[in-house]
Amino acid sequence: MSYGGGELFGDISLTLSPGSFHFLTGPSGAGKTTFLKLCYGALLPTAGHIRLFGADLRTMSRDDVALARRRIGVVHQDVQFLEHLPVADNVALPLIVSGHDRNSEAENLRELLKWVGLSHRADALPAELSGGERQRAALARAVIMSPEVILADEPTGNIDWEMSQRLLQLLVELNRMGKTIMIATHDMNLIRAAKSQVQARVLRISQRRLQTAGADL
Amino acid sequence: MKPDLTAMTAFLAGDAQADRLVPPTGFTARLTIFAAAAMAFLTVFAMALSLATGRLADRWGDELARASTLRISAPMDQRAAQTAAALRVLETTPGVAAARALSEDEQRALLEPWFGPDLPVASLPIPQLIEVIEDDAGYDAAGLRLRLAAEVPGAVLDDHTRWRRPLVTAADRLRLLGWLSIGLIGAATAAMITMAAQAALAANAQVIAVLRLVGARDAYIAGAFVRRFTLRALSGAALGTVLGMLAVLLLPSAQAEAGFLTGLGFQGWHWVWPLIIPILGAAVAYAATWQAAHRTLKELS
Repeated sequence: MSYGGGELFGDISLTLSPGSFHFLTGPSGAGKTTFLKLCYGALLPTAGHIRLFGADLRTMSRDDVALARRRIGVVHQDVQFLEHLPVADNVALPLIVSGHDRNSEAENLRELLKWVGLSHRADALPAELSGGERQRAALARAVIMSPEVILADEPTGNIDWEMSQRLLQLLVELNRMGKTIMIATHDMNLIRAAKSQVQARVLRISQRRLQTAGADL
Repeated sequence: MKPDLTAMTAFLAGDAQADRLVPPTGFTARLTIFAAAAMAFLTVFAMALSLATGRLADRWGDELARASTLRISAPMDQRAAQTAAALRVLETTPGVAAARALSEDEQRALLEPWFGPDLPVASLPIPQLIEVIEDDAGYDAAGLRLRLAAEVPGAVLDDHTRWRRPLVTAADRLRLLGWLSIGLIGAATAAMITMAAQAALAANAQVIAVLRLVGARDAYIAGAFVRRFTLRALSGAALGTVLGMLAVLLLPSAQAEAGFLTGLGFQGWHWVWPLIIPILGAAVAYAATWQAAHRTLKELS
């Protein structure tokens, strides 16, 4: 994968096995976000192959990528919502665009909002949410389709420790339900906190290589 | 863009949820409707012009082609005799369906636009006119001229071709210009809708990115925009067409005196023609927005 002229990674080979929990770490600018974007087909590798659910990204049509994304929940670093729609609609967005009947999923949506602690904010506009609330709303949106994989890019970047603990808790619960989780973060405390609860593997991007980090973390 | 009827109905009925995903834009929406209405209004006139000149060309080409005029220029005392002689000749000419000398009143009516009413036609040395109507086969003009020259020295046959031909050419050219105008108006509409759609797509780049991220297919995203612009163009064009048709309807109707101007407008079933303008407008908007949306989406991941 090269980016802006220079090669960003080389010789990376990784398969996320179902139900695994990975942290992706490394210095700023090492390419964590780029790596995640490759994982959900937002970028194409300049060399090598990426397979989403067994299909080569290069041979997938735009619609194939769209369908694959319904099986991948993404929580972005800077979460983007449809600012003119209330939180409940934003969380339900993946259902809406995939043609699900929202009314039949109303109960599901209510429970999900309760789970991320946003029941009382369902009718608020995204702009009215705090940083932590936005991150949790983004997580709710990422999981409403019950995806197999959840990719989170610095999900705790803008929120306090207590809130990030809570967010981590939600991700750990999802992992226990069998979801594959990949979190890009440089927050070592978060990784340590997670390791006490789940079998998490830590991947480190440095010097254009992906390494399995040692146990010292 | 398959003309699938059920897909079309579903498209027009729309997906209320999908519609809400793109934020409403009052001002640009009104601009689009206005542009579509103005273009439809102009199209109505271009269409009226084309159809009217088409009618004129047909009439001059067909009706007048089958009529000719015989002018008897003779001294007053011989005029009646020569007229009767000419009518006899015409009656025995194969290809002439009917021949009739114009009455004094008719001749006066012909001159009235130039000399005013109550012209004492009878006392003036005005030539007598005979209207000749051909049958479908037509007559042999050269043969008739020879016979007339022998039997009615004061007769001059005018079979109208001399002045009819340039008029027909002019009318045909006008009709062509009318249709060309409609084509240009359509192209300009497409250009305007494309620009409006591009602006809307650019303004909603974040919305599109979010929709892509959560797994919306291109067709779904494009549909939300395409439907919006198609409906705007449809309603705008419908409004413009109705106003245009009203304006044509309210044109002061020119009577027979006005000759050429008669019937700049729609006649009979031609009133159906402008009704297709809104449909054309909507189709143009549909195609233009679809193109713009797919171009924009292709550049996004």
